[in-house]
Amino acid sequence: MKRFFARVLNARQLDNFLPIVAALAAFVIGAGMLLLMGTNPLTAYRAMFSGAFGNQNALAETIVKAVPLLLIGLGICISFRAKVMNIGAEGQMIVGGLISVAFGLAVDWPGWLALPLGLLIGFLGGAAWGAIPGILKAYFNVNEILSTVMMNAIAVQLMNYLLGGPLMDPQQAQALGKLPETARLNEAYHLARLLPPTRLHAGVLIALALSFVVYVLLFHTTLGYRIRAVGFNPFASRYGGIRVPQQVVIALLLSGAFAGLAGAIQIYGLNYRMITDGSPTGFTGGAGFNGIVTALFGGLHPLGAIPASFFFGALLVGANAMQRVTQVPSSFVTVLNGMVVIFVVSAAIWKELRERQRRMAFATETSRLAELASVSETPPQG
Amino acid sequence: MDTSQLLSATVLVGILTAGIRLASPYLFAAIGEMFGQRSGVLNLGVEGQMLMGAFTAFYVTLRTGNPWLGLLAAMAVGALMGLAMAVVSVTWRAVQGISGIGFYIVGMGLSELLFKTLLGEVKVINTGFNAVNIPLLSQIPVLGEIFFRQNVMTYLAFTLVPVAWFVLYKTPLGLKIRAVGENPHAADTLGVNVAHIRYLTVTMGGVFSAMAGAALSVANLNVFQENMTAGMGFIAVALVYFGGWRPFGVLFGALLFSMVMALQIFMQVYRVPVPSEFLIMMPYVLTMIVLVLTVGRVRAPAALTKPFVRE
Repeated sequence: MKRFFARVLNARQLDNFLPIVAALAAFVIGAGMLLLMGTNPLTAYRAMFSGAFGNQNALAETIVKAVPLLLIGLGICISFRAKVMNIGAEGQMIVGGLISVAFGLAVDWPGWLALPLGLLIGFLGGAAWGAIPGILKAYFNVNEILSTVMMNAIAVQLMNYLLGGPLMDPQQAQALGKLPETARLNEAYHLARLLPPTRLHAGVLIALALSFVVYVLLFHTTLGYRIRAVGFNPFASRYGGIRVPQQVVIALLLSGAFAGLAGAIQIYGLNYRMITDGSPTGFTGGAGFNGIVTALFGGLHPLGAIPASFFFGALLVGANAMQRVTQVPSSFVTVLNGMVVIFVVSAAIWKELRERQRRMAFATETSRLAELASVSETPPQG
Repeated sequence: MDTSQLLSATVLVGILTAGIRLASPYLFAAIGEMFGQRSGVLNLGVEGQMLMGAFTAFYVTLRTGNPWLGLLAAMAVGALMGLAMAVVSVTWRAVQGISGIGFYIVGMGLSELLFKTLLGEVKVINTGFNAVNIPLLSQIPVLGEIFFRQNVMTYLAFTLVPVAWFVLYKTPLGLKIRAVGENPHAADTLGVNVAHIRYLTVTMGGVFSAMAGAALSVANLNVFQENMTAGMGFIAVALVYFGGWRPFGVLFGALLFSMVMALQIFMQVYRVPVPSEFLIMMPYVLTMIVLVLTVGRVRAPAALTKPFVRE
């Protein structure tokens, strides 16, 4: 029995389930918090579940919420694999959104041309915003965590300025409330709705297709190999002839590009205009941070990010349903998300300890064999 | 009011006075973070610890009417969060950059959750730390007004800087902290317990971050709002790099940042014809520029972000 457990705990496959164990741990602690707040955890979690999956519309909303998480998560997979900590997806998403909405407002071309161009421009806008901290890290040795956080704050102010000024809907500019939002884009920029009357839009297909593209990029191209090599060991990579600074810039640039595309798709797929509420997460809904959570949960694997984004999309949609039923604020789910991050990175210790154990077992085994061999090789005395 | 008034003597004194006051949360958080980094641990959860500290201090002060009790409660909560970060990053050797983000998200969510369930709406307190005039010194013209009519948290923050310098460079503990951050294996060989030192610095970092939050909610602003720190915790981390991991470097960075912040506020008040969004951007742009100019000249602690495993 003891051996059975030892074998289960030593199984390598277990590593793939660590995120699920981490999520369960977060839910268990969450249940304790709900009890402290005087709410029955079962009622709350049930409300969450049915709010996220209960009917066609709920399911569609879950997927709609998952789309930006998946796109940003894909970018995070690329940058984190290169050990580049891109915390700037919030800003990159904002800039992508700003540029693609400005393009949509200015250019009056037919949809088959304008829509893909608009998305591409959002992609490039995010790439540019990501490239700045990339260049600063690669060539000026500025820590990317700090520069991307600064770039987030700058992007938020840029958005507040543009949506409250030059890009503001002329109708709002005359209205009393002066909501910070742009005018509505024309039909050419509307991504197809897949399942009316729900808001499920074609952006989900783009995101899914890109998951496979990023998978191929990371694991079956030279560029992907270089990016992963830099993350694995920058010194060895440099020794092996890889230009490390260049890979760092590319990793941040690509990471930003996916966040920028998420911003464009959020506009072309949902509201057909850019809206904020004055808070830093008014446009993004915190997708920049939740995208990191998504990527980590998916094991920094582009295909793992697909179920992970679905899971966190469900959490976000379920949180609102839970708030309606139990009056527990939806920020409860923010706490859950944070705990999942902490537990996922902490769980890596199990993997490490097991590998050490295996190495040590291997070492004792080999030394024992060597001993046996030396005994048998000793010529008989006398 | 017009722009030219911005350069008058009274306004300049106003900007400097505000700048000193605004520096206090950055100082607490950045000095705490500096100790953690000097021992080899990057704590990115400062923002979350600040938010929890700000809420705790505000809530306890609101209920008891005593800001000292609020501050103590905030410090206890900060110690708990720091301790949790230490368990995760020292004992479990988790990737520090990411686990810190996790604590940031938890702190942000939890402070918001507590705010919504316990307070429900934005409230203001009038029992926070008020300005205290230092006898005699506050009578000095100009300087007295700028430096010696501040609130208790501001005095504490500025006192912390020389104390931190003394501890770091003139005490055995400071030597151990620096040794653990530079070469943990050597320190370990000499009998320094690497884990204990890191637990101490990261837990203390949590306490200081929480004090930074309290400096906002019960001294400078006397209010609590969701996500009220708005990135200050991350700026504090940037200030540690910026200050070259030295207490007086951190002080210089914090003052530079807070003075630009104060200038920006006064420029808004005096209706300088520049969109306010661009004024708010200024300190962030400035931080980026100074990071580019200064980083690389000072070397980071060699063991920063590297978990210690005894071979």
